[in-house]
Amino acid sequence: MSAEARVEPGAPVLAVEDLHLTYVTADGDVPALRGVSLEVRSGEVLGLAGESGCGKSSLASTVLRLQPASARVSGRVLVSGEDVLTLRWGALRAVRWAGASIVFQGALHSLDPVQRVGHQIEEPIALHEPGTSPAERRRRVAELLEQVGLPAARARAYPHQLSGGQRQRVMIAMALACRPDLVVADEPTTALDVMVQAQVLALLSELVRGSGVAMVLISHDLSVLGQMSDRVAVMYAGRVVEQGPASAVLGDARHPYAAALSGAFPRVGDPAARFAPSGLPGDPPDLRSLPPGCPFAPRCHRAAPTCAEAEPALLPLAVPSGPTSAAGPAGPAGPAGPRERLAACVRLEES
Amino acid sequence: MTSHPDGPVLEARGVSVRFRTRAGEARALDGADLRVRAGEIVALVGESGSGKTTLARTLVGVQRPTEGQVLLDGTPLPTRAKALAPFRRRVQMVLQDPAGALNPRHTVYDSVAEGLRLHGLSQGADGRGEEQQVADALSAAGLRPPEPLFLRYPHELSGGQRQRVLIAGALALSPQLLVADEPVSALDASIRGEVLALLLSLRETLGLGVLVVTHDLGLAWNVADRTAVMYLGRVVEEGPTEQVLTDPQHPYTQALLSVVPEVEGLAPQVLRGEVPDPTHVPAGCRFHPRCPALADGRAEAAGVAAACRGTALPVLPIAEDGAHRAACHLVTPPG
Amino acid sequence: MSAPTLTPGALARRRRAESWRRGWSEFRTHRSGLVGLGVLVVFVLVALLAPVLADSDGLSVTKATGGVLEAPSAQYWLGTDDNGRSVLTLLIWGSQVSLMVGLLATVISMGIGTLVGLVSGYFGGVLGQVLFRVTEWVLVLPQLVLAIVLASLFDPSLLVISAVIGVTSWPGTALLIRAQTLSVKERAYLERSRVLGAGHLHLLRRHVLPNVVPMVFANTTLTVAIAILNETTLSFLGLGDPTRVSWGSMLEDAFSVGAITTGSWWYLLPPGLCVVGVVLAFTLVGQALESVLDPRLRGRR
Repeated sequence: MSAEARVEPGAPVLAVEDLHLTYVTADGDVPALRGVSLEVRSGEVLGLAGESGCGKSSLASTVLRLQPASARVSGRVLVSGEDVLTLRWGALRAVRWAGASIVFQGALHSLDPVQRVGHQIEEPIALHEPGTSPAERRRRVAELLEQVGLPAARARAYPHQLSGGQRQRVMIAMALACRPDLVVADEPTTALDVMVQAQVLALLSELVRGSGVAMVLISHDLSVLGQMSDRVAVMYAGRVVEQGPASAVLGDARHPYAAALSGAFPRVGDPAARFAPSGLPGDPPDLRSLPPGCPFAPRCHRAAPTCAEAEPALLPLAVPSGPTSAAGPAGPAGPAGPRERLAACVRLEES
Repeated sequence: MTSHPDGPVLEARGVSVRFRTRAGEARALDGADLRVRAGEIVALVGESGSGKTTLARTLVGVQRPTEGQVLLDGTPLPTRAKALAPFRRRVQMVLQDPAGALNPRHTVYDSVAEGLRLHGLSQGADGRGEEQQVADALSAAGLRPPEPLFLRYPHELSGGQRQRVLIAGALALSPQLLVADEPVSALDASIRGEVLALLLSLRETLGLGVLVVTHDLGLAWNVADRTAVMYLGRVVEEGPTEQVLTDPQHPYTQALLSVVPEVEGLAPQVLRGEVPDPTHVPAGCRFHPRCPALADGRAEAAGVAAACRGTALPVLPIAEDGAHRAACHLVTPPG
Repeated sequence: MSAPTLTPGALARRRRAESWRRGWSEFRTHRSGLVGLGVLVVFVLVALLAPVLADSDGLSVTKATGGVLEAPSAQYWLGTDDNGRSVLTLLIWGSQVSLMVGLLATVISMGIGTLVGLVSGYFGGVLGQVLFRVTEWVLVLPQLVLAIVLASLFDPSLLVISAVIGVTSWPGTALLIRAQTLSVKERAYLERSRVLGAGHLHLLRRHVLPNVVPMVFANTTLTVAIAILNETTLSFLGLGDPTRVSWGSMLEDAFSVGAITTGSWWYLLPPGLCVVGVVLAFTLVGQALESVLDPRLRGRR
């Protein structure tokens, strides 16, 4: 993907349209994604929230077509306008790294233990820009390391010589090596201590704001998402159940699941949370045998008999403040564009 | 809050734990004092490497202190394994990883009954048989009705259920104090609240005292009466949770609070680097190489900068009820 | 599980029966394991029914009815030996000795190996190190030479042969058990049990051993195979029990009367094939058991 092909500001770098993903296992089919639509523009951070098994990591890997070959996929994943799911292998390789790259959780296991980190950062550059000289590549590596707050000399270190936070920085440098338009960060700070997490998050948001890449940030920790994201999508049982501007979704969640999830992360100093931890009864549903109707209904304190009848669609919320959507200047996006404030719950009108 | 001044008290006094490593002697715990009473919940917070888990293991008697003592009701823990039995019945622990802390080959029933059998309590003094005691413990841990779970294996349970089985296994011995090491860090967010609510209700109904070891300040705010902050093997600040978390005195606690996303409205003070290696504890105040108050001249202005670099702080003593203390030259100037 | 009248003990037994059934249906998917099991069943039946299948008089040199080294015929299906005894009769009675020595030696070997492996893995420290070194030392000694030296010190009997084989073949088992123990030792449920007040004996019995035993189990079948081979070798070298016929002693006799030069294949081949058959069968069963009992191997077939 050359620099000229870059998308203009404001156009979606990533557009996911009605994506379905089903893992085929010995114990039956597991529908991990059931009709997900999202979009992310350049310079924007989309936070993906949800519990383990809700499909957020499946979504991340499908965006880079890293899902297992046996899985059934339908729908479209457009990265800078190209459908990743139908690309030929060579073109797909160009999209990985240069178009979109991924920062995994657990940096220790994603780095090759017997290669110097500088070499590992250099590898995608050598692969995607074969014209560059070794000296030029080394200069780029040094630049990247400094960009992520590591001294250039650390290029000669092996992964085990770095701390957890430093390794995560190396992973970020690798993800940025080919100047991608989109970075998918899957739980980038989960294994890190709060202080190091703060360092890595500060670095990530600086990079997004500075270079205008689009980012999908996946985390089970809503407070991290609240701090980092422009918009947040909450997933449950393979579907987006609520999405919208981060402050609105986290501060005033409409879907009962999203509300329960944000309640599980108390604000220190909030008297309402003192001696009152909030959570949800029950466990996430088994995807192999989803109940008919709303999959959240069995755990929902507001469930009505109608909830078990049909799965509610993801619909725009009536925004009380006026006709303009809370997502800002989305323009005439037509019916239910993916940028509006949306929620999938039949009981919303009754509240 | 509902602390029972006459109830049992578990105390660590000047506890140190040292390990020999290739890099030299590591001071995992370097003089820590802490107290938990029945009926109160104390949060022990810190980053990894701060020694919080070592202190918890020392308090339940599975880690022997190199120096200092653990006392239950003022009596030091016996060192002989046999003599520890009565102590074990009174002080129990819930481990961090519910998936790994249950033997995969044991049923829920066997796991919960294990403690009873070890202490020869299968025929309870109150006439309850083993089965009844197991059922009661599971119910108390919020697994109701308990019978359908008896013969399940750990891999057939959800994460939240496993954590409750672990809690039930500890409760079966009717302990007075419970040490919970990161009780919810392996659980999904929605289940987290349920388990924390269980800890609170056990405090209410059984008068249990709980020490919660965690890296999560939001959890401390959720459940703890008192909060102790550890840094590099020592408690550096301790006091009522409201005071410690909303009016922190120690620069480390201040920095920690400023960066956790659960706290709003504080300018983030991101400390450089990571917790130093416990084989090289800095001289003077152990926090001084990373201390923002020393870096921005506040310590200089208060005239304690030299002390920060050169004068070691005494072990923070156990505070009397309600007191809030911090081990910092700025808070308690030397001399 | 819905029957409230059953006690937890009875229910636990039912659960255990269920898991045995599951294991068996998993085992049945291994065709080679089934073949091995079938062969073993045949051999064990033959050994048990030897008095019915062949008159023990056929073992006596003085009561021998056939000629010297007769080729197979309708009367002597596998021909006769140099004393005129039926080779088939010898073979049937020989299976008793071979299987018995194999099993007995395995029990001894597994016993020593499991004990040494458990103790050296669990306790570590000086005791663990010493045991580990001893294990390694015995492992590097040539097993057969050691067995020959030991066997020649005692009057040969079934028990002595079994003991000699058992005492020289445990280090492999010990190392395996030790490695498994070391990994189980670090599991969090041991720490939990310790907090509950468990001592070493309880931890070993309730937590370490049950998690190590499947390995022992799979390893047992492989050890039996080796023990039978060793018995054959020792008997072949003339160190076996002279009063009992075994496959090994048959091979020795055949060899010493020059069955090879005279072309008396019926004397040499059957015991050899029986040894190979039993050893192979045990190995096949062992491999199948290993994958049934080790969940990590289960998916990989």
